[in-house]
Formats: sequence, C-alpha cells, structure tokens
Amino acid sequence: MVANVISNVATGARSKSIAAIGPYLKSFSIVIVFVVISAFFAVANEYFMTWLNWVNLLRQSSINGVLAIGVTFVILTRGIDLSVGSVMALAGMIAASLVTSTNQHFVLWAVLAGLGTGALLGLLNGVIVTTFNVPPFVATLGMLSMARGLTLIFSDGRPVPNLSESFRWIGGGSVAGVPVPVLILFLVFATGWVVLSYTTFGRYVYAVGGNDKAAKTSGISTRTVIASTYVISGLLAGLAGLVLTSRTTAALPQAGIGYELDAIAAVVIGGTSLAGGRGSLVGTLFGALIIGTINNGMDLMGVSSYYQQLLKGAIIVVAVMLDQFRK
Amino acid sequence: MLSLSGAEPEVRDDAAIGLHDQPLLVADGVAKSFNGVPALRDGRLVLKRGTVHALCGGNGAGKSTFLNIVMGLLHRDEGSIRIDGVAVDFRSAADALRHGVTIITQELSPVPEMTVAENIYLGREPKIGGLVVDFPKMRRAAKRLLDDLEFDVPVGARMRDLSLAQIQLVEIAKALSHRADIVIMDEPTSAIGEHEVHILFNALKRIKARGSAIIYVSHKLTEIFEIADEYTVFRDGRFIESGAISSIDRNHLVTQIVGHEIKTVEKGRPNEGAPILLEVRSLSRGSHFKNISVTVAAGEVLGIYGLLGSGRTEFLETIFGIHAPTAGDVFLDGKRVDPGNPKKCIRQGMAMVSEDRKDTGLVLCASIAHNIALSSLTLRAVSGFVRRKAEAAATDRMMKLHRIKAASPNVAVETLSGGNQQKVVFARCLLTNPRLLICDEPTRGIDEGSKQEIYAFLREFAAKGNGVLVVSSEAPEILQISDRIAVFRQGRLDHVVDGHETTQQMLTDLAS
Repeated sequence: MVANVISNVATGARSKSIAAIGPYLKSFSIVIVFVVISAFFAVANEYFMTWLNWVNLLRQSSINGVLAIGVTFVILTRGIDLSVGSVMALAGMIAASLVTSTNQHFVLWAVLAGLGTGALLGLLNGVIVTTFNVPPFVATLGMLSMARGLTLIFSDGRPVPNLSESFRWIGGGSVAGVPVPVLILFLVFATGWVVLSYTTFGRYVYAVGGNDKAAKTSGISTRTVIASTYVISGLLAGLAGLVLTSRTTAALPQAGIGYELDAIAAVVIGGTSLAGGRGSLVGTLFGALIIGTINNGMDLMGVSSYYQQLLKGAIIVVAVMLDQFRK
Repeated sequence: MLSLSGAEPEVRDDAAIGLHDQPLLVADGVAKSFNGVPALRDGRLVLKRGTVHALCGGNGAGKSTFLNIVMGLLHRDEGSIRIDGVAVDFRSAADALRHGVTIITQELSPVPEMTVAENIYLGREPKIGGLVVDFPKMRRAAKRLLDDLEFDVPVGARMRDLSLAQIQLVEIAKALSHRADIVIMDEPTSAIGEHEVHILFNALKRIKARGSAIIYVSHKLTEIFEIADEYTVFRDGRFIESGAISSIDRNHLVTQIVGHEIKTVEKGRPNEGAPILLEVRSLSRGSHFKNISVTVAAGEVLGIYGLLGSGRTEFLETIFGIHAPTAGDVFLDGKRVDPGNPKKCIRQGMAMVSEDRKDTGLVLCASIAHNIALSSLTLRAVSGFVRRKAEAAATDRMMKLHRIKAASPNVAVETLSGGNQQKVVFARCLLTNPRLLICDEPTRGIDEGSKQEIYAFLREFAAKGNGVLVVSSEAPEILQISDRIAVFRQGRLDHVVDGHETTQQMLTDLAS
C-alpha cells in the first residue's frame, strides 16, 4: 500500500504525458544508443558509413537477430531458451544432409526439414516446461546438450560440405541488392511484431509473463501459450541454422556454440525484462543491431577479438543498469 | 518555524498532562509533495505510550506518505516530528530504527530457510571471538524474547514452516528486540485468519503493557474498534480529527474518513420461485471440502462465510474450474459445467474476482485497457487479431461505468490505488457478460468508499436476474450484501441461513 500511494501521487502529475509518449520514449532510448555507437564508429573509421559496410553489418546481425526474436517470445513469458545455439546446429546439419552432392533433394525439403527440426525440439522444450514443470533454465540447458549430442551423432563429428547451389542462395544470395539473410530478418521481425502487437496470442504472451495466475483466472490456456513460445523460438533457431549453414557453405557440428548468449544479450539490451511481461521486438531488433555494430566497428578498427568480448560484456551490463535506473 | 508555532497549543494540551505522560511521538504540520503535487498537506499525530493508535483514511488520504516520513523512507518538506520531546529528522529506515521506530508491513521479509532465532538476530548475531556465531546463545536469547511476549513460536523452526500469523509474530518480536518503542503496523491482518488475528491482538496488548505504542493502519473498521485506544483520521492529505475510539461509533468514523455520509446499500428480496442459476451437487475436492450442495437463484446473492482454511476459497476456485473436483458436479442454467477449465466456465457465463488481485487478479505491469480486455479477447477477436476499436470502446465504457480513476487507459494498473485496481478486475469480469459472478473477498484492502460502491454494484448486478456467489471473512460485509449465507466449517457446509434475519453474533458462532 505504501508504495502504491507514492506511485499514485507521482504518476498523477506526469501520467498524461508519460502515457502518451512513454512507449515511444522507451523504444527511442535504444535507438539513441544505437545512433551514438554508430556515430562513434563513423568518426573512428571512414569505411564504417559506406553502403557496402552497412549491408555487411546487417547480414552479420541477421542470424543473431532471428534467434533473438524467437528468444524474446520465451523471455516475455518469464522463460529462457538456452538451447537455440545447439538447435540451430542440428537443424542446419539435417537440412544440409539433404542437399549434398551425394544426396541431393529439392531445396524446399531441406528447408522444411530444418524448420521442422527446430519446431519439434522447441515443442519438446515447451512440453517439458509446461507439462512436467521443469524450470525453463534446466529444460533448455538439457536441450542445449542433447541437441549438440544429436548433431555430433548424426554427423559423426564431421562437417557436411559441398551443399547445392540453390541451398547456398539462402545465406549468400541477394534480391535487388539486399542479402537474403537481411530480408529474412526483416520478414521475421515484421511477422513477430504483428503477432505480438495485434493478435490475441501476442496479448496472452504478455499477460502470461506479467502474471500467469491472473492470466489463468482470465480464462487463458497458459500452458498452450507458454509451450507455443518455445515452438516459435525453436522454429526460428531452425531458420537461423539454415542461414548459417548456407553461409558457411557447409554444416559444421560445432556451429552455433555460444549463439544463445548473444541472442539473450540482444533481448536484454533491447529492454525486455527477464521477469517477463515487459519488452518489445523493436528493442530486440536494435539490441541485435547494437551487438552487430559493436562487432563490425571494432573489426574495422582492428580491435582484437579479446577486447571485443570484454567490451560487449560491459555494454550488456551497462544497458541493463541504465534500464534499472530509468525505472 | 512559523508553521510550528501555529499548531503549538494543540500539542501542549496533551503534553500538559504530566511529564511521565509526555507523548511518545508528536508529528505536526508534516507536508510532502511529489513533483509539485501535494500528497500530504498537514499530517498530525500524537502518539501516547501504551496505546494502539489507529491511523485512518481512504486511499490517497496521505497515511502512507506520512508513515514513510515517520520511518525515514521519505523526507518531509515541512513540519516537525518529535520523539520524547526531541525533534528528529530521519534520513533512512536504519536511522529511524536507532530511535526506536520500526514498521511491520504487509510484505513480510523473513529468510525462509533460516530458523526463527536466526531471523530475529539477522545481521547482529552474538559471536564467539567476533567470528563464529554463538548459536546456543542466540537461541536462548530468542527463546527468552518470545517467552516474555508469550508468543507461541518454536525458536528452532524454519521460517518457511510457519504460518503467516506466526511469521508476523516473529517480525514483531524482532522489532521489539531492537527496543522499538514505536511499532507501525500496515494492514497486518490482510493475510491472516480470524484465529490468528486474535493471537496478534493479544500480542499487541502485551506490547502496550510494556509501554510501547503502536500505530495501526487497517481498512477493517471492526478491528479498529476492537484493538485501538485512539484514532486519527486523514483525508485528502490533511489531518481531520483525532480522539479516543471509545467516544465515537462506526458511522462517525466512516463519515470522517469519506468526508460525507455513506448510504448503505438496501437489498431487496429476490423473487420467490426465481429459476435456479447455479446448482452445485455434492462437490468434493480432496481434503479441502466435502460433499457440498448449494444453489444460487437468478437475482440472488449467496454469501459464503467461514474462517480462513474452511475450504471456502478452494470451493469457489473449483466451481470456476481452476481446480478439478474429486467428486460432484456443477450446473449453470441447467447445463453441466466442464470441470477444471476456467476458459469454458467463462464461455458458459461465469466470471471470477479472485481473492488476491495482485497475485491472481491482475497483470500488474500491463495497462488498464489490456487488463480489462484480457478475458474477452477470444470472444471478440476475429481470426486471432485483436479488434482494437471494439477493445478501446469497451474499455472506455467500463472505466466510466465503474468510475475507474486514471489518467488514461494506457497506464499500468500497478500505479492505481487498491480500490481502482479492484474495479479493473470487476470490469474485466463483466466484459464477458457473465450470468454468475464469483467473488472471493472482493473488498480486501480497499477503502470504505470503494467498498460501498462494490456492494451497490453487486446488488445491482443480481437485481438484473444474475447470480452472485461471494466469500468474505468479514461478517458485517456478508450480512450487508447476502440474501442467504452458507456457513463453511472445516470443509463442510454446516448451515445455510437467511441473510435478512441473521446477526453477526449468530454468524460467528456458527462458523467457529
């Protein structure tokens, strides 16, 4: 009650203006961070602001962006998905095995197999979390290891090279000068954004994350909603796996190790609360772009990758600190 | 200093009684604004030793701001606070604690895995050689403390194994072990049952006898008249009046809190022979409740009265499908209700206002609009997309209808007062056009004005030919709104009595 009244009074004065511009302001702040970082690199390196580099930067961010969008859904329900890096490796491996020179199928089957693998593993995560009440951290940590194990078993620890030309188009091709991975990222973002903002499912995702008991009392099938977010995360990990495999022109059994951390970092930098119920895909998209920009900019400046790791970690922590401060 | 001298005579009256009767705490002209909006304009309180002093006021009256200032959590803009005649100006809760002021809030903060003794002496454990915790000494000290207070709590038990009331007793003991002279209790009974309230009140009497004083905040007026010696009323951030509780009656207090006389709701009798809306046949759920059969007619408010743990909440939740029954059936309008599925219950025409709006009623971080629309989204949505215009119109209509006071439908519900939050829950429930409204403690922790609005609403809702099933642990509330009252005791339905003829005494006798 004490805190209630204080916030009541405090909001009384500002709530009108905050209510009107609050959401925009919040998405704005991450855009400002993005612009500041970009401006810094633009000054530091003349090549940074070229069209070619931006195309490159966007392409580098696309895989992490797609993963992060999937993980955003899960985190909004107060969950976590640690398995996306391994899931993308397995999905990429299975898809690649269908388009090698010795075992060549129509590329669509490979794509469907990759997406299907991701969705299936996501569903498994979802069922383990909702039906068997295993904490998401543990369930997906197990899946991280299991999916990696399956990838190694399936490939016998060897890369799968010599992928067909049409499959390689997914990661290497472009349409009207825009790389296919970038197109994929924006398509996924647009779809995800519409789902979260305009559909009842999107509303339920926020409600379940905000208060699952209240959501249940309101007649929402919370289990279905939660499980669905893991399916979405798995499906997008599968998609990211296709792009990665296609770009590297071979499926590597150790692909995607540690990618889950970059994806979660993008979500967190983007302002989505690990406590669930708050956040947006706009934030996640810019979170991924910020990570991509830092990597790209420091590469251009010739900063050693050791220092890049250090700085990236610091930026994640500072971003969340700023977020706490703003609250 | 000018504001001080203006209020001086009042203080002197009390102080003049004698030095040994000097008030423990005197607050005068305390004011505080947030961003230019005054939350407290003139807070005054004279707290005497050995008394329980009820601080009363509706939501937004400024009590919480006042108490936060006394506790050192907020810093006052104006006014003075004196403890034992010495002017004080606390900068933090730790500072206040050093001067003997402590607060026991609704959100208790025990470390669940630690024992009672460890919790009491957390951060100031007796040590051997300054390094190792002297556990035997700590246990002895804790036991002496609890025995002195006659609190029945084992010192070696882990906090997580205690009941809420016991945890509260431990918190009180902890406060007193700090030699706190002034204990502030903010809604201490909101989460405990009648029996435990009794234990708590006995504890308060012992604390009084030791010469300490208690500032007691509660929306439950019955309690205030039972335990308090003196009262002070705030309204709209101002001191209104204070005095001895024995010199006033309930109506007077309500009028002072609300600022005008409240008309209590008149209830008409439902039509004889109205069709049965809800029929519960031999419903059981494990050890929670057994073999309960009851009906609600169209136009009727059925109250359920029982102590905490009598199975009443479980019973409501089972009817609404949150739990599956182990035996028995529920029929709504003659149609069997699928057990264990709230979604289907809502579709068949039920809605539930749950016991704890923060825990199970609202998505606190989401907006008013999103909360109101939550239950009806699937009913309104076409092909999975939210119909935004319809949603906005419905929200607008509900906010006006229920007089939900907020700057905009887009503000988060966590910023609203308790009364307004509860109205949001009602709005959400009504948007699905229910025929049966199930309410579990619908007025818990909200002010008297909002309570009366909710009573009026429930009667009105029933009068339209709908049914209401309402649980409350406050006997006056149940008596005021119910046509019939089902009395629960230890998971069984003992009696169904007429709500027009039963008295409070009869009701409490039947339930215990």
